[in-house]
Amino acid sequence: MDIIGQLITSFIATAAFGVIFNAPKETLVKCGLVGMGGWIIYYIAEKYSGDPVLATLGATLFVGIVSQELAKFYKTPVIIFSVAGIIPLVPGGLAYDTMRNFVEDDYFQALALGAKVTLLSGSIAFGLVFSEVINQVVRKIKAVRP
Amino acid sequence: MENEKTLTYEIMEVCLLAGKIMLQSGGETYRVEDTMMRMAAAFGIENSHSYVTPTGIIFSAEGAEPTKTKLIRISTRSTDLKKVAMVNSISRRITSGELNLESALTLLKELDALNVTFPFMVQVAAASIASGCFMIMFMGEWIDFIPAMLSGGVGYIGFLYFHRYIPVKFFSEFLASFIIGLLSFFLVKIGAGQQLDKIIIGSVMTLVPGLLVTNAVRDLMAGHLVSGLSKGAEALLTAFAIGSGIAVVLSFV
Repeated sequence: MDIIGQLITSFIATAAFGVIFNAPKETLVKCGLVGMGGWIIYYIAEKYSGDPVLATLGATLFVGIVSQELAKFYKTPVIIFSVAGIIPLVPGGLAYDTMRNFVEDDYFQALALGAKVTLLSGSIAFGLVFSEVINQVVRKIKAVRP
Repeated sequence: MENEKTLTYEIMEVCLLAGKIMLQSGGETYRVEDTMMRMAAAFGIENSHSYVTPTGIIFSAEGAEPTKTKLIRISTRSTDLKKVAMVNSISRRITSGELNLESALTLLKELDALNVTFPFMVQVAAASIASGCFMIMFMGEWIDFIPAMLSGGVGYIGFLYFHRYIPVKFFSEFLASFIIGLLSFFLVKIGAGQQLDKIIIGSVMTLVPGLLVTNAVRDLMAGHLVSGLSKGAEALLTAFAIGSGIAVVLSFV
């Protein structure tokens, strides 16, 4: 039951972010699906491994690879799908928490949270770069062996 | 000779205009560089270099005469993925030889002047729905869904309005998060909502610079050190504005 709620809300939230970022109308549903897939992978992986960094990495890899394929298929820039897809994964809440602790003079907590934000956004960036590398390697292998 | 000179200038103008639209609409720096060089190559300038940072573009083209270099400044940045997609499709048509120089220039000029955003109310509705959904995704209770939608929506209206009248982005972010904090506190106080923290986090998700942080790290990894650092600084300032907006409310109550 819980997971159905997560599926629905992550789909709607991602598609709504597509509207805020002014993505083309015909891509909104696809954006929502990409974001939903990424979030569910994160949600399940985080629940069973307890490691948000690993879960984020896995989810971003999924988002990255799917976005590359969609971009190739529909001949649009990758950024349209990847931006919407990683929105649920970005540590926005944590970044806000960090700053709130800073302005409330709790530097110890703020630094700890800040380190976490850096790690999480690093793993998102790494996942995106890694999915691009995979894509290029696959393309090169195909070019060598047609 | 004179003819060739003006031709190079025109090609540069097309490339720079495309780059400018992409960068202002939130395209990645490396993609802007790549697109500009591809377009130049399609028009016959084999040797071109572009250096793109979030605040400006330097583009130089080597031709028969001395190398020409032009610089344009980018002062406003937003996220408008539709424009990125449209520039992308124009550049595709240029590289496939469908578009000539003049029609590419007119198309890009039209696109630059065009306003393709969703209507105001649709954006606000999307922001408020997203706020509610994010609250659920961060393990909030369904009872807080409506309060999160309310404060997220009102906060986003505030952000759009302030941004229109006050050109300082960080100030409008500060005011918007101040409104969110105030409204969430009020809703919890009158008993409409329960978890103040979850409502606030869900509502500020439409403002937080999560995307900027990620892009900054990605640029740094790709070796675009200047872009990475400047985006990181922008993200830090935004996060600071939001955090202090909420903190002001929390210190009052």
